[in-house]
Amino acid sequence: MKAKITVTPKKAVLDPQGKTVQTALEHIGFTGIKDVRIGKYIEIELEGTDREAALKSISQASHKILSNPVIEDYSVEIE
Amino acid sequence: MNFSVLQFPGSNCDQDCVHVLKNVLGHNARLLWHKDTSLGDTDAVIVPGGFSYGDYLRTGAIARYSNIMAAVKQFADRGGLVLGICNGFQILCEAGLLPGALIRNKGITFRCEFVWLRTGNPDTPFTCKAPEGTLLRIPIAHGEGCYFADAETLKQMEANGQILWRYCDRHGNTTPESNPNGSLLNIAGICNAQKNVAGLMPHPERASEEILSGHDGRILLESMVQFLENRKRS
Repeated sequence: MKAKITVTPKKAVLDPQGKTVQTALEHIGFTGIKDVRIGKYIEIELEGTDREAALKSISQASHKILSNPVIEDYSVEIE
Repeated sequence: MNFSVLQFPGSNCDQDCVHVLKNVLGHNARLLWHKDTSLGDTDAVIVPGGFSYGDYLRTGAIARYSNIMAAVKQFADRGGLVLGICNGFQILCEAGLLPGALIRNKGITFRCEFVWLRTGNPDTPFTCKAPEGTLLRIPIAHGEGCYFADAETLKQMEANGQILWRYCDRHGNTTPESNPNGSLLNIAGICNAQKNVAGLMPHPERASEEILSGHDGRILLESMVQFLENRKRS
C-alpha cells in the first residue's frame, strides 16, 4: 500500500511562495489565476493490506509530525 | 548559574551561546547532545539557533522529538527557565512549549541585519532588567521568522503580557517598515502563559560584546541570571 499525504498552508496563513509564483505565472502570460497556495506532497510506502488501520495511523502521523496543525491542513489517501 | 545549551545536528549558534555565558558573563555553560536524556544540574536551558536537521519537513519539526526535548519539557513543566533563539524559538513552538508558529518571511528573502526591538512586559525572567519600552539593537539572521498565531491566541497573549519583544524603528515605533519578516503584530519574541519559557528570532548572543557592535543582548541574558539569583535567595 501507499499513503499519499498533501499538506497545505491554512487559509488564514500568509503564503509568500504562492504569491510569488502567482505573480510569475501572470508575468509569463497565464491569466484567470485567482490564488496560488504551495504545500507539500509526501508518499509513504506501507507494509500490510489493512487500509483502515493505515489511514488511522498515517492520519495520526500527519497530525503529529508531517504537518503543523497551527499553520497547515492535511489530507491522506491510501492506495 | 549552570546553563545547558542544546546541540542538534545542524545547530550553529551553540558555541556562541556557550562563549557568551561562560567568557562574557562568567557562568557555567555546557553543551548537551540531542541524544542525551537528562539535563543534569541545570538552572536554565538555551535552545540555540541554526538549522537543526537541515530544516527538513519544517523548521524545528524533527528536533522537537529528540530525546533531550522530552527532558526540556519536564524541566519547563516544573518551572525551569528555557530560552529558544531563532531555530530554538522554532523548535519550542513546534514542541508546543510556546504558542504559534514561525513561517517563511513575507518577502521570501533571508534577512541578516541588525534590528530594533521594543521590550514589552518587563515582569518576566527574560525582561526583568529592561523597563517597559526599552529599545534593544540585536541582529537577526533567518528565512523563516514570520510569527503566526490565530487571532484568539494573539488576543490572549496580549492580555497576558506574553509578547516580550516587537520589531520597531529606532524611535520605538512598531511600523510595517521596521518589521523584517511580516510577523503578526511585529512580534519578534514571546513567552508562554507561565512566563518561564521564551523564544525570539533575534540573536542576543551575537550582541553581547562591544567588539561585535553592541551588547544589548546581554540585557536579556542578564535578566535570566538576575531572576535565577533572586529565586535562589528566596
